[in-house]
Amino acid sequence: MEELIDDWIGRVADAASSDRGLAIRGGGSKLFYGCPEQGEVLEVGGYRGIVAYEPTELVVTARAGTPLRELAAALAEKGQWLPFEPPHFGPAATVGGMLAAGLSGPRRQAVGALRDYVLGVKLLNGSGEVLSFGGQVMKNVAGYDVARLLAGSLGTLGIVLEVSLKVLPLPVAEKSLRFAIDETSALKKLNEWGGRPLPISASAWHDGMLTLRLSGAAAAVAAAQRHLGGEALADGLAAAFWQALREQSFAYFTGDAPLWRLSLPSAAPPQALPGPTLIEWGGAQRWLREGDERAIRVAAAKAGGHATLFRADDAAKAAQGVFQPLPAALLRIHRNLKRAFDPQGVFNRGRMYPGL
Amino acid sequence: MSIESSVAERRFAVDRQALIKRLRALLPAQALLVEEEEMRPYDCDGLTAYRQLPLIVALPADEAQAQAILKVCYELKVPVVARGAATGLSGGATPHRDGVLVSLAKLKKIISVDPVSRTAVVQPGVRNLSVSEAAAPHALYYAPDPSSQIACTIGGNVAENAGGVHCLKYGLTVHNVMRVRGLTIEGEIVEFGNAALDAPGYDLLALMNGSEGLLAMITEVTVKLTPKPELAQVVIASFGDVRQAGDAVASIIAAGIIPAGLEMMDKKAIHAVEPYVNAGYDMDAEAILLCESDGTPEEVAEEIGRMTAVLENSGASGIRVSRDEAERLKFWAGRKAAFPAVGRMTPDYLCMDGTIPRKRLAEMLEAINGLSEKYALRCANVFHAGDGNLHPLIMYDANQPGELDRAVAFGAEILELSVRFGGTITGEHGVGIEKVDVMAEQFSLAEIAAFHRLKAAFDEHGLLNPGKGVPTLARCREYTLARAGNAATSPRL
Ligand SMILES: Cc1cc2nc3c(=O)[nH]c(=O)nc-3n(C[C@H](O)[C@H](O)[C@H](O)COP(=O)(O)OP(=O)(O)OC[C@H]3O[C@@H](n4cnc5c(N)ncnc54)[C@H](O)[C@@H]3O)c2cc1C
Repeated sequence: MEELIDDWIGRVADAASSDRGLAIRGGGSKLFYGCPEQGEVLEVGGYRGIVAYEPTELVVTARAGTPLRELAAALAEKGQWLPFEPPHFGPAATVGGMLAAGLSGPRRQAVGALRDYVLGVKLLNGSGEVLSFGGQVMKNVAGYDVARLLAGSLGTLGIVLEVSLKVLPLPVAEKSLRFAIDETSALKKLNEWGGRPLPISASAWHDGMLTLRLSGAAAAVAAAQRHLGGEALADGLAAAFWQALREQSFAYFTGDAPLWRLSLPSAAPPQALPGPTLIEWGGAQRWLREGDERAIRVAAAKAGGHATLFRADDAAKAAQGVFQPLPAALLRIHRNLKRAFDPQGVFNRGRMYPGL
Repeated sequence: MSIESSVAERRFAVDRQALIKRLRALLPAQALLVEEEEMRPYDCDGLTAYRQLPLIVALPADEAQAQAILKVCYELKVPVVARGAATGLSGGATPHRDGVLVSLAKLKKIISVDPVSRTAVVQPGVRNLSVSEAAAPHALYYAPDPSSQIACTIGGNVAENAGGVHCLKYGLTVHNVMRVRGLTIEGEIVEFGNAALDAPGYDLLALMNGSEGLLAMITEVTVKLTPKPELAQVVIASFGDVRQAGDAVASIIAAGIIPAGLEMMDKKAIHAVEPYVNAGYDMDAEAILLCESDGTPEEVAEEIGRMTAVLENSGASGIRVSRDEAERLKFWAGRKAAFPAVGRMTPDYLCMDGTIPRKRLAEMLEAINGLSEKYALRCANVFHAGDGNLHPLIMYDANQPGELDRAVAFGAEILELSVRFGGTITGEHGVGIEKVDVMAEQFSLAEIAAFHRLKAAFDEHGLLNPGKGVPTLARCREYTLARAGNAATSPRL
């Protein structure tokens, strides 16, 4: 399989010398995310397979083309998983695409984000060098934390070859509860509960209904359920609900209208923005299906967060940009970092910001 | 090739008088120390073997003063070293002889504690423990708890990505910091992260954690606060054999348990600590494990039961469970006092910080015992066992000719072994000047060069903490050659 890398090194050199861009593609499941692909497509899904997995070390290392499904199945066999519940967005999703997109699922507020579980990364940079950063151990501060920097970098810094991730045991027990409650009260409650040692692992509010998931030791889940009340969901129903939320297969998420993601402080009040909203992560992630770009970005920034045009057609993305614009000083650092890893600007041109 | 020379290597032509004049015009008189005797207390951090006077010590009282200092230093191309409480153990805050040492100790305001969003905004000079103290009335705390937490600062914690005895479950500094505000070397204000759970663009916040003062000067930090668990209890298990203790660690994880803390101490460490703090440790044990559970009372009871069963099956010769909070704190007090306790037994010590896969803990302990004989130096071991993070404390006497060199060589062998075992040379204390050469053991020349380019993306002239963290390519080549030479003459372990 290593001959694939030799081939890519050649492709990268050719592209660099002729000032062409390469669009790195794993399974293509997250093509919708970020700005449209530019340049010649470089398929990297062939570089696949789990390299090392030792359940007692809580670490798995997989090649970037490994299908996420395959990884999840291998972990489940040993009673473990990736606790941040990365959305797959389709059966083709790969480990490398997951890292590059940097997205986390419903459990994010409770257990941390994808980047929190990244331990090490092997990368092919724009000069055709294979570099390893981080490692396979829980704690590592030798050198800058490039492995975490690559999480969410949308392939703009290089071709991810291999990823080492921290994994955890599956929760012993889970229970989902439902409450009929308005948006303002739901946000208030979620933040109040968040300040208490309750085993809340996910939350979703939409259209007057708050759904909570409790996860942990059986005793802790049972105690929290007694304490919180609400209406308990049948287990099968609950599993389907959280899966649909994670994969955005709910009716709320489908259709052609643009999908905006607002990342806000969890305690931010309800936003005076048009259209129905869906709230996750205890208030820290909120979705919208309509609205004016400027108004949304200004509101998000004012509340202390930022907004992403998560799904939209290419024309809308080109006109509005996908990600919140960066302040000048940060943009300069971004450009410098891009040059440090990809001096000729070969990889995923413009996928995150124009010119990056 | 001595450690000291890495910082001294690169010289900067600085007109000291001109620099003092410029800074005096901007800062109140008490914010500048220029006399040798005033600067002496700043000549080293916790790595006391290496001391260096800076050109000047500056003590800004706020971000604006820090900014003014950086602007002048940038204009005159003067190196800048940030300093928190100087508890660092790798020489990260060791001054540069041509530079300004900027102590952030006066920036010690807790700006806000918000129980609703469970965050606190603090200045960099705030001590780690005071954040938890300020959050306590809301039944919240700041989870990362380095053993130095009474003294070390949040700025220093971020710069080192500090860990604590509870980070297997609650994460390192990088997992508990939401936003870092700082100054670039040009004196420009930058914010990495925000009050939400993520920020647009590259994850520069992650990059700031563990950047050892090489990328920016931190002036404000938003930390995440965690609800206090209803109950926490710790189990102490004694073992008659270090290998059994090491294997018990892997067995706990294999049983699907993620303890809130999982620490190990060997006999030398126990014997250093017990007379000093009376923690109630078993003086006959070859090693002890401290294994903590937290959560609801039902959850803790269930988990302590499972932990105890695994420990017994692993051959523990004695098991005690803390009966109340006072006893739990007493059990931890011993572990947290391990460094100063060992410090009482020896004029000097070096603290190593490698991390290895857990399954090799026992093997590593045995190798360290062998090295202790080889170098004729005592070594006490305290491990963040749950994370595979080792702290061998190599005892030496700097006044005995050759002992420091032997201690350094002993330490280097442990770090090389850590890399060979599939781990890293530093889990939480940072590279600083201490491990700068050993970086070549873990990284290729191309990787080291990538680090230099990354650094230049923030600090093109290399003025922030020069000589630390990443070796020059020339030093890497020298190191590799020297190692190849050694390998040819003396077979390794
Ligand atoms: C007894 C003892 C026990 C310890 N236990 C632990 C432990 O359990 N876990 C652990 O991780 N560490 C531990 N340490 C090491 C040390 O306490 C940590 O590294 C701590 O984070 C350093 O904080 P400080 O404020 O003392 O920083 P300093 O030592 O002053 O500085 C450390 C580094 O941070 C940089 N820095 C400081 N402030 C800033 C700023 N505002 N902006 C930019 N850079 C800055 C400095 O340049 C330097 O590179 C221990 C040390 C001792 C002495």
